[in-house]
Amino acid sequence: MASKEILLKSSPEVLLKQYPYLSAFFAGLTIDLEKSAGFPLSKIIREMNEEVAEDNAFNGENFIQQLQDFINQMQEFLGKDSNAVDSLTILPGKDKSGQPETFSSLVFEKSKITSIVGPTGSGKSRLLADIEWVAQGDTPTGRTILVNGEKPSTDWRFASGKKLVAQLSQNMNFVMDLTVMEFLELHARSRMVANEKEIINRIIEAANALAGEKFDADTPITSLSGGQSRALMIADTAMLSSSPVVLIDEIENAGIDRKKALQLLVGEEKVVLMATHDPILALMADQRIIIKNGGIHRVVKTSAEEKEMLSTLEDADRKLQLLRARLRAGEMLHRDQDS
Amino acid sequence: MNLITVSGPPSSGKTAVILKTAETLMRRGVKIGAVKFDCLHTDDDIAYEKAGIPVKKGLSGSLCPDHYFVSNIEAVLDWGLKEHFDLLVSESAGLCNRCSPYIKEIKAVCVIDNLSGINTPKKIGPMLRMADIVVITKGDIVSQAEREVFAARVHSVNPAAVIMHINGLTGQGAFELSTLLLEGDNHVDSLKGRKLRFSMPSALCSYCLGETRIGESYQMGNVRKINLEENQHGK
Ligand SMILES: Nc1nc2c(ncn2[C@@H]2O[C@H](COP(=O)(O)OP(=O)(O)O)[C@@H](O)[C@H]2O)c(=O)[nH]1
Ligand SMILES: [Mg+2]
Ligand SMILES: [Zn+2]
Ligand SMILES: [Zn+2]
Repeated sequence: MASKEILLKSSPEVLLKQYPYLSAFFAGLTIDLEKSAGFPLSKIIREMNEEVAEDNAFNGENFIQQLQDFINQMQEFLGKDSNAVDSLTILPGKDKSGQPETFSSLVFEKSKITSIVGPTGSGKSRLLADIEWVAQGDTPTGRTILVNGEKPSTDWRFASGKKLVAQLSQNMNFVMDLTVMEFLELHARSRMVANEKEIINRIIEAANALAGEKFDADTPITSLSGGQSRALMIADTAMLSSSPVVLIDEIENAGIDRKKALQLLVGEEKVVLMATHDPILALMADQRIIIKNGGIHRVVKTSAEEKEMLSTLEDADRKLQLLRARLRAGEMLHRDQDS
Repeated sequence: MNLITVSGPPSSGKTAVILKTAETLMRRGVKIGAVKFDCLHTDDDIAYEKAGIPVKKGLSGSLCPDHYFVSNIEAVLDWGLKEHFDLLVSESAGLCNRCSPYIKEIKAVCVIDNLSGINTPKKIGPMLRMADIVVITKGDIVSQAEREVFAARVHSVNPAAVIMHINGLTGQGAFELSTLLLEGDNHVDSLKGRKLRFSMPSALCSYCLGETRIGESYQMGNVRKINLEENQHGK
């Protein structure tokens, strides 16, 4: 724990050496501490021109408090080498009419895929919210979420940078005006990963393996095609997101290899939840939960028969994709030309 | 009665978040009232009324809405007490990015959205830095990576705040916010003698007082000049 007295006696320069992540904190200020980086903070605060302080909404006491909070949180965050989540468990609650859910407990393991089906408004977002909030019987459903089989720490609710669920959905777009490389650097830095270059290269490579058309590192993210954006989002979430659980809300069946995308997430040891009504996606899952009237109505394992059907469906899908590609290339289609 | 101040840049989703949160609170049996402070115009009062929430609005006109807030919050509190609300929510649009309507020991919520750009947390000032809870909206339309980067920026500006992600359209996360709002015993009967969390700038120039003519001789009071030379050398 850094004490305020010691912080006040230290200079920004020394603090930055001791706690390199403070560059993010100092960058959040509108006051440039670099000019006086060699002086102790107490002196900088004491001698700050009143007008400068007023202009920058700077209050010394408040500043030291926030500096101390930031350092303590980061030390704790970095000290924990394991945020690892091997499994999530849901203990039953009740549906919208107050009927108890009938499963005894439901386990989502890492590297396993669970699909979620049910009409819109049936309670899918409530289920997701229960997981995000790590519900402890204190949400409208009364469900309880366990992490690694145990009652989880409240950090999962409140600690910044520690969120249980990452989301990927159809509506998402890139909005930043950056190239792929700049964008990934920004994300990597905010996560403070050690091997930045290596991870970034792996992400670009993986995204290109998912996308139909390749892109390079200096493409602006906003000019990526739909499929490329989706591929980059998935690869980035797989390798650089801090969240152990990934919720997918449908994956469009165009411009991206969906099977490889799921394999990538599974390979990065994510717990994968997927809301979908597409039979190919739903059957790729290991288990399926059926939601009805706000409650989890049934949990089923994907059957052997369904797995067989999956390969037929995938064949049909492949044919369809091929025809689409031929059309796009301006070719004529022929009845028996399907492979 | 509990009082909560909600602030944030225009269109960040304050009304949407308050409405979704109020919906779950009302279902939990909490009696809510709202007050909206704005500058020239607002339709938010209509939205609150439609949701069955009694509402008052205050337009500051030519004043900074946050200054106006401080001079009027006591009267609004009295209204809330008379109406026997369990919870009074004040919504005010942060316009000058320098003032913040937060009062010590009164729960303060700042709402900002993922679309506003990653440098926004740095630009906002005390309205973000002094909040107890920061709600980030519009996560449904940006990528996971952008959400993570944005939240990290918010954290570096206000390390002590609880950061929540709420979807103002679906209300995902609003129930959880309502739980945080109900937490703890923060009854207020009067605001007399309470203090603002951060002082508001006092600058007053002749233009604040209605002057419309341009020219050195019309400029009085706290006037400051742009430094064009410094501008040239960057910084
Ligand atoms: N996509 C999306 N839109 C939102 C979200 N929250 C608010 N909005 C929309 O943003 C606009 C501004 O919201 P409003 O609550 O009026 O903002 P205020 O000015 O801060 O009160 C409205 O059109 C809302 O529907 C969100 O989480 N996602
Ligand atoms: Mg509003
Ligand atoms: Zn102001
Ligand atoms: Zn003025």
